[in-house]
Amino acid sequence: MKTEINKTVILFSIFSVILILYLLITIGNLIISQLVIDAGALWKTMWDSSVLKSIWISFSASFVSTAIAFLFGTPLAYFLARKNFPGKNFIESLIDVPVIIPHTVAGIALISVFGYNGLIGSPLEEIGIRFVDAFPGIVVAMLFVSIPFYINHVREGFESIDPKLENVARTLGESEWGTFRTITLPLAYRDVLAGSIMSWARGISEFGAVILITYYPMIAPVLIFERFRSFGLGASRPIAVVLILVSILIFVILRYLSRGWSLYAKD
Amino acid sequence: MLKIKSLSNDWGRFRLKDINLEVEKGEFLVILGPSGAGKTLLLESIAGFTIPDSGKILKAKEDITSYSPENRDIGFVYQDFALFPHLSVRQNIEFGIKDQENSKKRAKDLASFLGIDHLLDAAPLTLSGGEKQRVTLARALATEPGLMLFDEPLSSLDERIQEKMRKEIKNIHEQMNLTSIYVTHNQAEAMFLADRIAIMMEGEIVQVGEPENIFYGPINKQIAEFVGVENIYNGTITEKDDNLAKVNIGKKDIEVITETAEGKNVRIMIRPEEIFIGTEKDKNSKSARNQLELVIDDILDQGSLVRLELSNSIKLIAYVTRKSLSELDLEKGRKVYASFKASSVHTVER
Repeated sequence: MKTEINKTVILFSIFSVILILYLLITIGNLIISQLVIDAGALWKTMWDSSVLKSIWISFSASFVSTAIAFLFGTPLAYFLARKNFPGKNFIESLIDVPVIIPHTVAGIALISVFGYNGLIGSPLEEIGIRFVDAFPGIVVAMLFVSIPFYINHVREGFESIDPKLENVARTLGESEWGTFRTITLPLAYRDVLAGSIMSWARGISEFGAVILITYYPMIAPVLIFERFRSFGLGASRPIAVVLILVSILIFVILRYLSRGWSLYAKD
Repeated sequence: MLKIKSLSNDWGRFRLKDINLEVEKGEFLVILGPSGAGKTLLLESIAGFTIPDSGKILKAKEDITSYSPENRDIGFVYQDFALFPHLSVRQNIEFGIKDQENSKKRAKDLASFLGIDHLLDAAPLTLSGGEKQRVTLARALATEPGLMLFDEPLSSLDERIQEKMRKEIKNIHEQMNLTSIYVTHNQAEAMFLADRIAIMMEGEIVQVGEPENIFYGPINKQIAEFVGVENIYNGTITEKDDNLAKVNIGKKDIEVITETAEGKNVRIMIRPEEIFIGTEKDKNSKSARNQLELVIDDILDQGSLVRLELSNSIKLIAYVTRKSLSELDLEKGRKVYASFKASSVHTVER
């Protein structure tokens, strides 16, 4: 019996290690080979203003899209977790659509709506808000692809909170909004934070949907693509490494910060 | 105090069917029923967590059917506590107190009344089951609700603490002058706590009455089975003199006290606790009008009591103490006399 278990553990370990190596080698090789082959270029890239600008645009646009996801997505996630209503299944499937469609398709769809002649783009163009080749274009593209990550994460968070806690809060005199504010949201804080991090990370990593609607100003992935096409691997790799390093750093910090909320573990 | 009029609510798996129920001020009403009967749904309808399909709920003559829970002045105690895990015990208790100035003092008073003042700064997760339930009580009592609802509050505690908490809840109810509705599936709990019991089955209130009336006078077979009346027979009233009647249940005549007329088909129930077992025929007894000669089929040890399964002319369940078991030298196959009063037999027309 014992040897059976060990066999399983060994087999599972081998399979796991192969997959982990695949990730580690791909990411590690990129960083290390850059350091070995051309550390100077990496150093130069770190202070290249167009690189820094593109990373800043990536991060800030994704931040804005995450803020929008938080503001509009939190109520929707709550509804999906707590209420039954006609069309709920449809809405749940709709939210997952951005995950399954190719992002170039998402880009085409977005440009058709937010473009100069689009349903939304055209009237907003009149009042001076432009999406094509503009910051708002990046935001709508990032929002489109990151919505499923935010909603699904936060909905699961709300679902894991016992509705009895909300019921009791109501009998103790809290309104529905007051209960959400004092009980539900604080208890779902970790999931809201995790959902936001996921949404933000997803936004930063988006390329296909963004490039179709907004080539300029350039987000980091577009800059990498452009340098690769014009000057080859040597020119594009340092930017890729910088983007990876900064992203990992921020990701680790956020993961560490959100860990503190384990205090809110469910009863 | 509270009046429920023809309340119906269909939740698929659970449903309420035309519930009519009244609770007086200061009363302790226990809703007793098997699980799945819709007891919790009834409480949640009263609290306003769900709006009924039809019917009315009146509280102090005010129609509160469509009120939000926060405007009903009703306290709720759940079985699994539902303490806010991100708040301390003190914050939990203070949660509903609107009077900010006195909230500290009120929380402290309640905590010491319930013996949890040393836990005020603790996190709910660290408490034992009994402590958690005390905090839940304190939190609900803090708002001084006009009506308290208890949803099986003791079911998740172990037996020893259950008994203690049961007394405490009764005590709190009396001392704080509460009006309480208490849901349980536990007969002993209902018997101990209730001023009145409402039996609920399959979404309906099937019988309401004082504990004695329920336990000694279940109006149908399901209730009798649920509240533990084990000796149930079908028969016909063959003779009647005043209220004293003879019911023929096949091989035997049983004397009963009943209002039902001669010739009617009836169902009779005899509570096992009211049957006396002797080894000799008692010729002098006047009050125990029924005496049956039976044989012990089986003896089952059930703790402090021993259950006897008897048969001969009829099958009968009776209980004796362990002491009488050894004193009377009872064993399988032995002939005994089972006696019970005519007034101990509960009769319902079929």
